[in-house]
Amino acid sequence: MDLEPIISRVKLGAAGETGLWRNYRPVVNRELCTKCKTCFNYCPEGVISEEIEIEYRFCKGCGICKEMCRQKAIEMVPE
Amino acid sequence: MRALLTSNEAIAEAVRIAKPDVIAAYPITPQSPIVERLAEMIARGEMKASFVRVESEHSAMAVIHGAATAGARVFTATSSHGLAYMYEMCWWIAGSRLPAVMAVATRSIGAPWNIHGDHTDIVLLRDAGWIIGMAENAQEAFDMTLQAFCVSEEVNIPFAVGIDAFTMSHTAEVVELWNPKLPERKQAYRVLPTDKFAVNAVTMGKARMKARYDLALDLENSAKVIERTDGEFGSHGGLVERYRLEDADYSVVMMGGWCGDAKDAIDILRKEGHRIGLLRLRFLRPFPKKAVKELGGEILVVDKGNSDLRGVLGIEVSSCGVEVKNVVAGIGGVDVGVDDFCKIFRDFLNGRINLEWYL
Amino acid sequence: MILPGNTSCQGCPISLAMRCLDEIENPVLVIPAGCSTVVAGLHPNSAMKIPVIHVPFASTNAVACGLSEAYRLKGIKANVIAWMGDGAADIGFATLSASAARRDDLITIVVDNEAYMNTGTQASLSTFQKARTTTSPLGKEDERRNLSLIMIAHGVDYVATATVGYIEDLRRKFRRAGEMKGFRFIQVHSPCPPGWRFPSEKTIEIARKAVASGSWPLFEYFDCKLRFSAAGKRYLEKKNRIPLSDYLKAQGRFEHLSNEDISQIERAIDEEWRILKKLTLD
Repeated sequence: MDLEPIISRVKLGAAGETGLWRNYRPVVNRELCTKCKTCFNYCPEGVISEEIEIEYRFCKGCGICKEMCRQKAIEMVPE
Repeated sequence: MRALLTSNEAIAEAVRIAKPDVIAAYPITPQSPIVERLAEMIARGEMKASFVRVESEHSAMAVIHGAATAGARVFTATSSHGLAYMYEMCWWIAGSRLPAVMAVATRSIGAPWNIHGDHTDIVLLRDAGWIIGMAENAQEAFDMTLQAFCVSEEVNIPFAVGIDAFTMSHTAEVVELWNPKLPERKQAYRVLPTDKFAVNAVTMGKARMKARYDLALDLENSAKVIERTDGEFGSHGGLVERYRLEDADYSVVMMGGWCGDAKDAIDILRKEGHRIGLLRLRFLRPFPKKAVKELGGEILVVDKGNSDLRGVLGIEVSSCGVEVKNVVAGIGGVDVGVDDFCKIFRDFLNGRINLEWYL
Repeated sequence: MILPGNTSCQGCPISLAMRCLDEIENPVLVIPAGCSTVVAGLHPNSAMKIPVIHVPFASTNAVACGLSEAYRLKGIKANVIAWMGDGAADIGFATLSASAARRDDLITIVVDNEAYMNTGTQASLSTFQKARTTTSPLGKEDERRNLSLIMIAHGVDYVATATVGYIEDLRRKFRRAGEMKGFRFIQVHSPCPPGWRFPSEKTIEIARKAVASGSWPLFEYFDCKLRFSAAGKRYLEKKNRIPLSDYLKAQGRFEHLSNEDISQIERAIDEEWRILKKLTLD
């Protein structure tokens, strides 16, 4: 029986390269960053790693990381 | 072993033998005794199923959908408004290609209120993608319920077993209770916590259309499985029962419990020399197109459920390309006995019927 | 448990809450119609690393119950999660209530963005009083229904309110629910940038303002006791709260509010706290 029409398989980037959505990209200032991981905890997309590396292919540029950063280490730069 | 059982009780016995894992049902007259008997059997330890008390029929079908998804053998029962209330879930479980069995004690759908038997409710399922069987007596209800578990799990399509409200559901008959060992449950897929896929996500056109086509095609082909397993489950005839049709110039097409009385009327008319016979449809879906097309002579369809002025079976039969006379009778449980059938059939023989309501 | 590059809007609280599902072992998600349906992935892709069963709108808890029962009978360890929005909690309320009354062994998580967001922001029964939605263009007259209080009244095993504003608190609650058995219910406050009309970067700030203004009490209820959560404890005292207008005026859906409106809302919030505090008395 062909199950293909009713079964969906797990895929990274299920909606495509959502990085194309953004107008601003977050840029981390390594000098100010203390790796407190607040941005990692609050990124809705989960594109910030525990090492505070950003997966720009999928980052939608929502700006929450910039808002939450206690050290003001993240800047939203126009694309 | 023989027992005196109503169709409700016969179905409950068949369900016990099938050993379902999860049963969820909401009471509604006249199906409630099925569910009550199952609850009693579980309480007495005669059955090991889990019985979920739900708050509505919609939830009843939803619970068995969930259980079936996890790989459980499932059963529910309803009638009339209950079937209407769970209608959305009937489409969902059929489209999910999950095996399930449901008993429907066919009762009139209002308004106004009526608790008695006709076929206005079960015909709702025609387009949803279910196998729909209609039994004539308690023995057939018992046999068909057992067959339902097997066939449904073979073709991955849910199966509804229809019995007439009160005239069958609450009428005791002699039933031969035989005890087959049904095969272990199988199904096309099931979902476990270790899986990493989604079922029934939002689709775009092509996938949805393919799913619908696959279901329709498999429903059509389920006829082969029904006919192949007929001998194992009482040899009632496959998709249809042919009663005195071999040389008939006049054929009557009907389904359901009242066919018993119709057959008596056929016998009376046969004694008078009329070449009349009955094609009893055992299945509404898959529709027995071949059997209908093979009918010779004049055709009368007697319906217990209507769409507009036309009976539903009348529409279905005429869609096979044959010309049909149609009588709608017995709605709301109005009694149609042997004398009534004789009258209707005589009018048919005398060419006095086109589209009539027997009020 | 949700992968990046999903269909959620920028700043979506649902996506953030779904990330926290790794706190629960052996999850099986049951998702009815709503934003979550789309966020979980459009066919043929699933954005979730765990199994998802999509179901019709009003059926979530019943399907979850069926799954839970079947897994139990087959000895399969699973935490079945009925994951729905406040919209599905409206249309599926009877289903939810019966599931709670039966004490089904499953977790219900309601991501409450206070409207039928997936269909374009129509008012739900959880919509905040006086909020503008497409079906309440002049502001919703009736107060919102308190789902968590209703679940406490069902006497279930665990009820909690949580917010994406305090992720550690939310994760702790997911974790506790995952380790328990019985009927567990968590209502997650989910501020929605397009629906509530605020910039996507402010989701967490708005969520925290909701707590700080007293508009979203944070608590857990289990072992017959209501406990206020540490993240929101200081706001039990009115004097510690931020002005209600700070929370409301930051959202476009409230820009039409007068001072009288805000006072009215404040009285409703006071009443909610009064009831909650009564529940903590021995």
